[in-house]
Amino acid sequence: MRKVLPRSIVVVYLVAILLGPIAVMVWRTFGDFGGAWDAVKAHNTLLAFRLTLIVTAIAVPLNTIFGIFCGLLIVRGNIRGKGLLNAFVDLPLALSPVVVGMSIVFLYGAQGWFGGLQGHIQILFAWPAIVLGTMFVSVPFVAREVIPTLREIGTEQEQAAATLGASRWQTFWKITLPSIRWAVVYGVVLTTARCFGEYGAVAVVSGNIEGKTQTATLRVDDAYQFAYGNYAPAYGISIVLALMAIVVLLTMLRIHPTGSESHV
Amino acid sequence: MTTFLSIVVILPIAALTWRSTDRGAHGFWQTVSSAEAVSALKLTLIMALLAALTNAVLGTVTAWVLVRDEFPGKSLINSVIDLPFALPTIVVGLVLLALYGPRSPIGVDIAFTRWAIYFALLFVTLPFVVRTVQPVLIELDREMEEAARTLGASSVGVFARIVLPNILPGILSGLTMAFARAVGEVGSVVLITGNLPFKTEVASVFVLQRAQSDPVGGAAVSVVLLGISFAVLLLIGGFRRLASRHERA
Repeated sequence: MRKVLPRSIVVVYLVAILLGPIAVMVWRTFGDFGGAWDAVKAHNTLLAFRLTLIVTAIAVPLNTIFGIFCGLLIVRGNIRGKGLLNAFVDLPLALSPVVVGMSIVFLYGAQGWFGGLQGHIQILFAWPAIVLGTMFVSVPFVAREVIPTLREIGTEQEQAAATLGASRWQTFWKITLPSIRWAVVYGVVLTTARCFGEYGAVAVVSGNIEGKTQTATLRVDDAYQFAYGNYAPAYGISIVLALMAIVVLLTMLRIHPTGSESHV
Repeated sequence: MTTFLSIVVILPIAALTWRSTDRGAHGFWQTVSSAEAVSALKLTLIMALLAALTNAVLGTVTAWVLVRDEFPGKSLINSVIDLPFALPTIVVGLVLLALYGPRSPIGVDIAFTRWAIYFALLFVTLPFVVRTVQPVLIELDREMEEAARTLGASSVGVFARIVLPNILPGILSGLTMAFARAVGEVGSVVLITGNLPFKTEVASVFVLQRAQSDPVGGAAVSVVLLGISFAVLLLIGGFRRLASRHERA
């Protein structure tokens, strides 16, 4: 009996906040499937999804390389200011994406510090700013996964390799990287999910030009704002984004079966 | 490494902070202390705290159920906990509107009220405490609890004096992360709250709406949010140290 109460609380809470709302949206979408489908295959929607995928394809590899080396530097490095580096890597987790967007405006906008670049390359209200905003918000994920794993594996194997005459690169490729690979993969998955879903920073820096600088999340926003009572288009595009998220989530679960085996 | 971090994170933050004082310290203060900004910041902090506290309690219960209980459907529950981490926030807003909006099938319409903020923040911060408490509970030595029970402790007593002290650092760091996330949340609140000044406009939306019309004003409130983020990160660092000391002890 004692166990039934907590169990019921959890189920009721999850249905009220998470599963109920999702079920109703799916049901509504299939209530007007034609309208939803037309919105999804509209030319500008496809362009929006293409932009989101391109931005993700640029941001994820860069942040992965950065995350791995940043993790190595924080755990193994012998430099001053490690605490500060650690703090700045975590900052995007605690910062509003809108603030991130504003920061980019003040750095790269026409009136910004690097405003002089404007004559040569369009950064603000173009894809470079979208990439920069997306990279900012998703910077911490790989480093956050790699750091505890690096601490856990210790340095014995790396030292053994070094003693046997391996160069630093050889040690990295043959010893370090294979032992942290699952942490890296998990970090990549989290980074990808964040990039797909980024809204706040992109809303500030992209200019939201249909077919040009409009990402998938901004497309959903527009579809809702101009719905005039017909929500099928917004729901349709949302479902596609949600499906992308669910694919990412399933990958996550395959890597982290319980959430408890992290950093093994 | 440092160059990458500078270009992507540090330089933009520096530019924002610098330019927020374009109208002088007085101008900065005038924006930040304006009635609308103060109301937005206050609302943000209160709602974020309420959502984080709710999820601290319910997240602990969830973690407990996932670790100590067995029932059909448990693994499904474990899988959906991470959904808010994966789902785009703008979709979260739409999803909540589908059940709790003007066309609610159960007749509950919370759109454009403060309840909408609360629900959206509950959704996006749901996983934090579950995922910080769950691993600690798995590792927890159950012999201690059995010993206490043999010595005549009630189950409430066992929870309060043995389990809780062990999972408290996890609860606190999860709670703080949830709070930080809630303070900065935009996507899930922007559609469902209607962004009514003095009523449902949160700080992030205040900034978003000034991005084009009054960027310097937006920057001033951004700097306040930045300060809150740094304070929260310091707190989390403290809790992490507390947790690792606990482990060693």
